[in-house]
Amino acid sequence: MAFDYSRYIRPGKLPHIWCPGCAHGIVMKAILRAVDRAGLDKDRTVVVSGIGCASRMPGYVDFNTLHATHGRALAFATGVKMADPGLTVMVVSGDGDALAIGGNHFIHACRRNIDITLVVLNNSVYGMTGGQFSPATPHGMLATTTPYGNPDYAFDVVELAMGAGATFVSRSTAYHVLPLEKQIAEGIGHKGFAVIDALCTCPTTFGRRNKLGTGAEMLLWLKDHTIGLKAAENLPPEKREGKILTGVFRQTAKTEYCEEYAKIIDRVRGA
Amino acid sequence: MKGREVFYQGNEAVAEAALYAGCRFFAGYPITPSTEVAEFLSRRLPKVGGSFIQMEDEISAMAAVIGASLVGKKSLTATSGPGYSLKMENIGFACMTEVPCVIVNVMRGGPSTGLPTAPSQADVMQARWGTHGDHPAIALAPSSVQEIFFETVRAFNLSERLRTPVSLLTDEIIGHMREKIVIPEEGQLELWERPRPKVPPEEYRPYDTSGGIIPAMADFGTGYRWHVTGLNHDQTGFPTNRPELVEPEAERLLAKITRNLSIIEKYEEVRREGARIGMVAYGSSARSGKSAVSEAFSGGIPVDFLRPVTLWPFPEKAVSEMADRVDVIIVPEMNLGQMILEVQRCAGDRARVVGVNRADGEPITPGQILQKITEVA
Repeated sequence: MAFDYSRYIRPGKLPHIWCPGCAHGIVMKAILRAVDRAGLDKDRTVVVSGIGCASRMPGYVDFNTLHATHGRALAFATGVKMADPGLTVMVVSGDGDALAIGGNHFIHACRRNIDITLVVLNNSVYGMTGGQFSPATPHGMLATTTPYGNPDYAFDVVELAMGAGATFVSRSTAYHVLPLEKQIAEGIGHKGFAVIDALCTCPTTFGRRNKLGTGAEMLLWLKDHTIGLKAAENLPPEKREGKILTGVFRQTAKTEYCEEYAKIIDRVRGA
Repeated sequence: MKGREVFYQGNEAVAEAALYAGCRFFAGYPITPSTEVAEFLSRRLPKVGGSFIQMEDEISAMAAVIGASLVGKKSLTATSGPGYSLKMENIGFACMTEVPCVIVNVMRGGPSTGLPTAPSQADVMQARWGTHGDHPAIALAPSSVQEIFFETVRAFNLSERLRTPVSLLTDEIIGHMREKIVIPEEGQLELWERPRPKVPPEEYRPYDTSGGIIPAMADFGTGYRWHVTGLNHDQTGFPTNRPELVEPEAERLLAKITRNLSIIEKYEEVRREGARIGMVAYGSSARSGKSAVSEAFSGGIPVDFLRPVTLWPFPEKAVSEMADRVDVIIVPEMNLGQMILEVQRCAGDRARVVGVNRADGEPITPGQILQKITEVA
């Protein structure tokens, strides 16, 4: 039976602002299926975002939603979670929002291991402002502010999250909708900070400039240039060359931040 | 007032008063000379079941405070000049989304890193205009440790009732100075809460002003699944750029202040028979000002004294009335002349306005002010 998205979409708020061929809608649907799979109570779920194309998602989905300032979604979400640890808190963020202006909050949320699920809708570009390079834009690629090719090197969201101490780290793509949904659901279920790097596509500002084809062709590129972690283990290095690894990279147990703070409250109040 | 006597520094009084007012969330970042507020609350908040978090920077501390307030917790942050600058964008977000929160700025010398351990009053215009766009601003400027306690409670009350951020401006002098104060017994001070919806969730419209200029605010997680955005929004809370909706909402944000002056405005005034000189002084400079006025009176020069406790909105009427009575108004400030601009605006051409300014990190002395009084007398 087809999934009934209308239970989670606010009536009258569509159509969305995303361009034809943009993959953000695919990721939004994966998130909604994951929320359903995780059995979340809409009244007790908070979705927070910053600024950018991806950050418009909270306006469409029927939860407690907070469209905050650029880069600061995780910091707002940290206040929400600390103030009521019983809430399920999710953050959706673009690569510019999460990794550039929000980079500091990203690493510290990882370090704190606060129970928030972050989905990075990673399309390698600042879409809303018209296609400037982001910290996830690969070296050499064209953007409106890298007209001669990007001299910067990109962050790898997975490596960054693991290095900063996140306890659940995964990557999937807008092509691989079922694994993506599964990872998001696992991230929600994970007690601690979860990062899901959701590779997606911006045909309008990134694809067109770099001659990557239509939205559909860009999704096929994601299919052809990614390889699952387990499959990669059995492949010789030359077959892994140029491929982006997907899957769950880390899933470890560590005391969650609000639980740790609750212990402090119990201790000082008992004393 | 019945209560418990303590010997507190101003920063401790802020923290104690916040707990008294019902604050149960603090997010901050270490910065001189405000850090004692954070240290005090890191010890005390967990004891009352509240939460303290030291964030990774000033910006995130302001963001976390707004997040916690959206869940229904009275929330506080404390900082000083550089941190106040960094918080400005999110303070604007709280203005726009009408999320109650209190920001303490223990003023130090600036601009930039300036004089971290020395006092100033150079952030008073920033408290009014620091964040971009037309926005409401309330700033309170106590001038003693006891008054810091009362004004901190009032900052929470105003923030809650009017659903807007409130800045409490102290400075390095009264932040670190110790005085004996009374912590009132529970129930001695009135505590206000934000208006919460009386309608069921399906009828809730987060910026519905049909019942009054301050809309009801639902706590996140209680069944009212509303949308909060820093974009211009309509009464449902969702973004709009329709001109006929945008401007009335922008005007309403300001009207929340102008229509509630009776609960926001506060000043101390001493009028003296035959005074041709007036003084407008605030915060710790008002201590020196008051002392100078008293000495002048002993020396036969009567000086009217006006001390705004609420700095923003500025007490226009009281200053304007002073300009009608006196020939010259003296404005002592630990800056190179900021609130004097407001005094001049209100005085018009009815009184000459002169400043006594000091921006070297040292307090203005009563002697300096007295000298100005005798000069203009």
